[in-house]
Parts: sequence; structure tokens; C-alpha cells
Amino acid sequence: MEKIPILRMGDFLLVTIQIDMHDQLALKLQDDLSNAIQQHASKGVLIDISTLEMVDSFIGRMVADISGMGRILGAQTILVGMQPAVAITLVELGLSLPGVATALNVERGMEILRRKIAADGTDERPG
Amino acid sequence: MAEATLSTVLKKSGKDIKASWARDLAAAQVSAKGRISAAELEQQASEFLNLLTKVAEFARANDIGASDFRQIREFLEGVSRSRAAQGFTSDETATFIFSFKKPLFASLKAEIGKDAEELVEQTWKATELLDSLGLHTIKAYQKTREELINRQQREMLELSTPVVKLWEGILALPMIGTLDSARTQVVMENLLQKVVETGAQIAILDITGVPTVDTLVAQHLLKTVTALRLMGAEAIISGVRPQIAQTIVHLGVDLQGVTTKANLADALALALRRTGQTLKA
Repeated sequence: MEKIPILRMGDFLLVTIQIDMHDQLALKLQDDLSNAIQQHASKGVLIDISTLEMVDSFIGRMVADISGMGRILGAQTILVGMQPAVAITLVELGLSLPGVATALNVERGMEILRRKIAADGTDERPG
Repeated sequence: MAEATLSTVLKKSGKDIKASWARDLAAAQVSAKGRISAAELEQQASEFLNLLTKVAEFARANDIGASDFRQIREFLEGVSRSRAAQGFTSDETATFIFSFKKPLFASLKAEIGKDAEELVEQTWKATELLDSLGLHTIKAYQKTREELINRQQREMLELSTPVVKLWEGILALPMIGTLDSARTQVVMENLLQKVVETGAQIAILDITGVPTVDTLVAQHLLKTVTALRLMGAEAIISGVRPQIAQTIVHLGVDLQGVTTKANLADALALALRRTGQTLKA
């Protein structure tokens, strides 16, 4: 069965979606990812969808859900590399994904994640 | 046989008709504008006469949609196209066909002579045929013009949506003219594509050249801003005129969460600050 790999890079988890998502796969990813965040106590999740060319309302909602789950589990989630066509589709579907952080590419996404986690760290230990 | 008579007249006195017609045409068209040479007009006239003689021979019904008329139809379409391109008006183009009536009727009269009934019938048949040919010419002329307008519209659409790079990581989109759905779509696609290509972090949508902003335009702007955000870039709307600011508030459009600035300079300054760049004086 197809599976989307979840790569661990230190404090971060990197998910690269390189195949066409279908609903079952999306649900499985949701499951695997929340387990992995918990298991590795990850502080950040980076989801790269730069090769995703098609999206429907279900997948769009699922991406938003994953982001919400990550936040509850204490991991900053960022969505990177969305293609113009996908962005337009989501907007036309009325899915503006509020509350989901985005970045143009993996490099920029990493940078933002690091900054956010650094900011969280200082919040915990004031002074 | 009606068609036979028309065809016999055309065959018999074709030369006279042509000479007289060419004179009329030359007087009506060349002298007026000088956009078409006498030689070209003469050539078109003789070709039309040839083709008409051909169809008059075997065409029974005055149905110019029939395959027998294909050649003459194509010829007339060609003539209208070139007339439209040369800047002739529709009535000038139609005159090319309709002015053929006078010499033709004169010849018919000479041929048939005193038989009034026959003359009326033949004249009517010829009129019907020439009218439908004339109408076809006008239709083709209209079509050519419409194609021209469509092409210009497409070109305008492309011309009016340039995406310019203002600074490292900062793109600007100066929008000019009314924003409708089709244009916004093109604008949005262009901008998002450019963001991917350049890796820009901030895009400034400048609406100084947009005359009016209604709920639809505001909706389009918000869509573009949202799409940009989804891709990980930020949008600033600049060039909001006082009038437009008032309209937006009166319409109750929610621009919360969208950064807006009164002019492009302010927007650029903000964009530079956000990308952590500074300018030396």
C-alpha cells in the first residue's frame, strides 16, 4: 500500500507529498503524522506540497486539519511550496486555510519554523 | 428559365456590364479614399463576374449556402476581409456588390426588351441573388471586425497585467483599468506564477489605475491576497484613493487582515522593512 514518508530531522518532521493524494491516503497521513509528532516530541512540522498538482475540498480541509492537530500537539506546522493552480483552486473553493502558516519553499519554511520555535522558547523562559 | 436568362445575359454582354460596373466602382471607391488601387478593383470585379457567370449557369434556387456557391462565397469573404483590413466601412464594402445591379439590369432590359412581365421576373431573380450575395459579404465583413475586436481584447488583457520586480523579493503589479472576472483570473495567474519564479516574499497590488472598486472587484482582490498567502507570500494593496476607501467602507467589504497603503512608495517602504532590507540615502 502507498504511504507518504515522514522524515525526522532533529526537532522537525518533514513530509513531502509527491504522489496524487486520495482520500484514504490523506487520512492515513493524518494518523501517521499525529503519531509521529507525539512519538518524537517534534517542535515543528513542514509539509511540502510543491509537487501536488491537484487538490479538492477534502484534501484542502485535511491540510488545515493536520495543521490544527500539530498545533494542539505542540508542533508548529507550516505548509510550503503550494503551486499557483492549487492556490487558486483552494481560493475558489472558499478554503482560505486561516491559521495555517505558509512559505514559498522548504528553505524559507525552515527559516520561519526556526524563528517561531525560538520565539516560543523565549516565551517559556522569560527574562 | 430564369437562371438561364441571367446566365445568358451575363455571358453575352458580360464585357459591357463589367466595363460599366468598373466605371461606377471606380467613381464610388477609388476617388473617395484611394485605399484600393484601380487595378485591384478591376481584378476583383472581373473575378466576381466570372464566378457569378459560373453559378448563374447551374444554380436553380437562390440558396447561396449551397455547395455550388462555395467558390463565390469564399471569394466574397476574401474581399470583405481585405476591405475590412483596408479600413472600408460596411456600406462601402456592400456597395461593391450592390452597384453591380445597375449595369446588370440595364443589360437585362436590353436583352428582354418590351416583355414587361418577363423583365420584372428576371430583375427580381437577379435582385434576390445579388442581395443574398451582398448580405453574405456584409456578414463576412462583420465577422472580420469581430475577430479584430476579440484579438485586441486579448492583447489588452495581456498588455495590461505586467508584473514588475521592484526589489529583491518584492514584486509589484500595477493594475490599470476595470477589473472583471476574466482579467482578475489572468492577473492572479500571472502574479502567482511570477512569485514562484522569483521566490518573492511580498507582492504589492497597486490599484491606482483602477477607476472604481465595487464588491466584485474587492472580492477579486481578496481572492488574490488569499491565494498569495496560501503560497507563502504576503500581499500589500496600495494606491487606495480616498474615494475608493470610502466606497469600500460603505460597501461593508471586510479588508481586515489585508495590509493597505495609500501609495506605492509607502507600500515599498513597508515591504523593504518586512524583508529586512534598508536603503542608503
